[in-house]
Amino acid sequence: MSDVVKRAWLLSDAPTSRSQAAWGRRYRLWCDFSSNGLAMTGLVIVVLLVLCAVAAPLLAPYDPTLQELANRLSVPTAAHWLGTDELGRDVLSRLLFGARVTLGMVIAVVVTVAPFGLAVGCVAGYYGGWADTILMRVTDVFLAFPRLILALAFVAAIHPGVTSAVIAIALTTWPPYARLARAETLTIRSADFIAAVRLTGASSGRIILRHIAPLCLGSLIVRVTLDMSAIILFAASLGFLGMGAQPPSPEWGTMIATARRFFLDQWWVPLMPGLAIFVASLAFNLLGDGLRDVLDPKQR
Amino acid sequence: MISVQELRVKFGTVEAVRGVTFAVGEGSSFGIVGESGSGKSTVLRALSGLNDDWTGRMTIAGHALAPSRGRDFFRRVQMVFQDPYGSLHPRQTVDRALSEPLEVHGMGDVDRRIRQALAEVALPPSARFRYPHQLSGGQRQRVAIARALMSEPEVLLLDEPTSALDVSVQAEVLNLLADLQDRRKLTYVMVSHNLAVIAHLCPQLGVMQGGEMVEMLSAEDLRAGRVRHPHTADLRRLSTELEEA
Repeated sequence: MSDVVKRAWLLSDAPTSRSQAAWGRRYRLWCDFSSNGLAMTGLVIVVLLVLCAVAAPLLAPYDPTLQELANRLSVPTAAHWLGTDELGRDVLSRLLFGARVTLGMVIAVVVTVAPFGLAVGCVAGYYGGWADTILMRVTDVFLAFPRLILALAFVAAIHPGVTSAVIAIALTTWPPYARLARAETLTIRSADFIAAVRLTGASSGRIILRHIAPLCLGSLIVRVTLDMSAIILFAASLGFLGMGAQPPSPEWGTMIATARRFFLDQWWVPLMPGLAIFVASLAFNLLGDGLRDVLDPKQR
Repeated sequence: MISVQELRVKFGTVEAVRGVTFAVGEGSSFGIVGESGSGKSTVLRALSGLNDDWTGRMTIAGHALAPSRGRDFFRRVQMVFQDPYGSLHPRQTVDRALSEPLEVHGMGDVDRRIRQALAEVALPPSARFRYPHQLSGGQRQRVAIARALMSEPEVLLLDEPTSALDVSVQAEVLNLLADLQDRRKLTYVMVSHNLAVIAHLCPQLGVMQGGEMVEMLSAEDLRAGRVRHPHTADLRRLSTELEEA
């Protein structure tokens, strides 16, 4: 099938199957999205970061834990493109492997938090009454704590590590999603098309799952992408405070934490993971901004 | 087929419907006219089960209606909404909207039924996989009517089904509703603020004002001007003035 035929098939005014209609809609969204230069930049960087993380063993010139004490805190050279850290480990290799830890944490948090927040918000918004009161007061309780303090207390109570950091971040990030999903649900639930579904005799579960949740998804995806940069910073802060990934694991925040002693004399050592965090956060923000224009035009 | 006795609906302290009584025979149509806020749509929403906070007695086909209805009720009684722009899910194709009632009621033969329903409301088969935003207002209302017919109901509640459409499309939709009634032996209860629309479709009608049904009369009496209540006379005069203008 040539590209022209494919395009005509996707943009057809009279699709002949459900999947053609769905792909046509997606293609139009993609056309909108890809015309936004900054958003595409964000997407490309995010994809590159993920590819780097996946292919870290192939790309990394050294073992990230290989120590070379004779060559500590070296400036960037041809052998070590981004220099070496206080134990003579190659910073580039550690950054590449660190992308796995950091991005893995972000993805783990998002995968647990977004569906949970969506479920809580939709149920509270749809049923209203006491279900709404109970769920939203619980949400308020979690919102009332300062995020970092709650996460720190939680991690300290269990034991520092990647898993508990993920749980702690998840515990403190879900309430905004629940609030968002509830607000969306409240505007949708009284719409005529939901009344029409109720009149088919569909159960509440079916209405929430198949008719309300898909409509909340757009703004939720936008919010999640915009929050990803915050989650990266959060994970890095926990790492920096020694409550996240533990040395010698090459998490970006932990790398800054161990290198902060050399901040004045060998500034490039903490600079490199800092740059990585900066680039990743910026890319996710650009991506989220672009997604908002496409998925949630009313919030522009 | 349908009987409503002493129906009362309260919103907080305001009584929106104060003791409305009427009956509709099988295969017939009953129209309710009134200005905005006269409580006519509220009657329909109570009858359809969307509003469960009412008192009085309502029966459909001899069965008394409880505030919450079972699945069988929703198979037999369906509703068409006023605004075709708001009554179709914005992210679902026509095909999905029409198959939803079939899935809920466990009715098979989905493909044939959808093709038949589209033909019945005079929509081209090419409209089947379109999204609502790719359809015109009249086409959307046809989709909404087709959706209401999917579960093969006996009663159709029509909440101002034409008032959001422009005049030429209004006539098309009204004729479609009349045809469907002939073919399927449907019972209609229709709400509108437009006397001409009601008189076109309903041999019997009731006039509502301030939550009360102030007069019940036949369409013939209305055309001949045999009205008793001053509010009916007002509405009639207004509608003839509009037609002449």
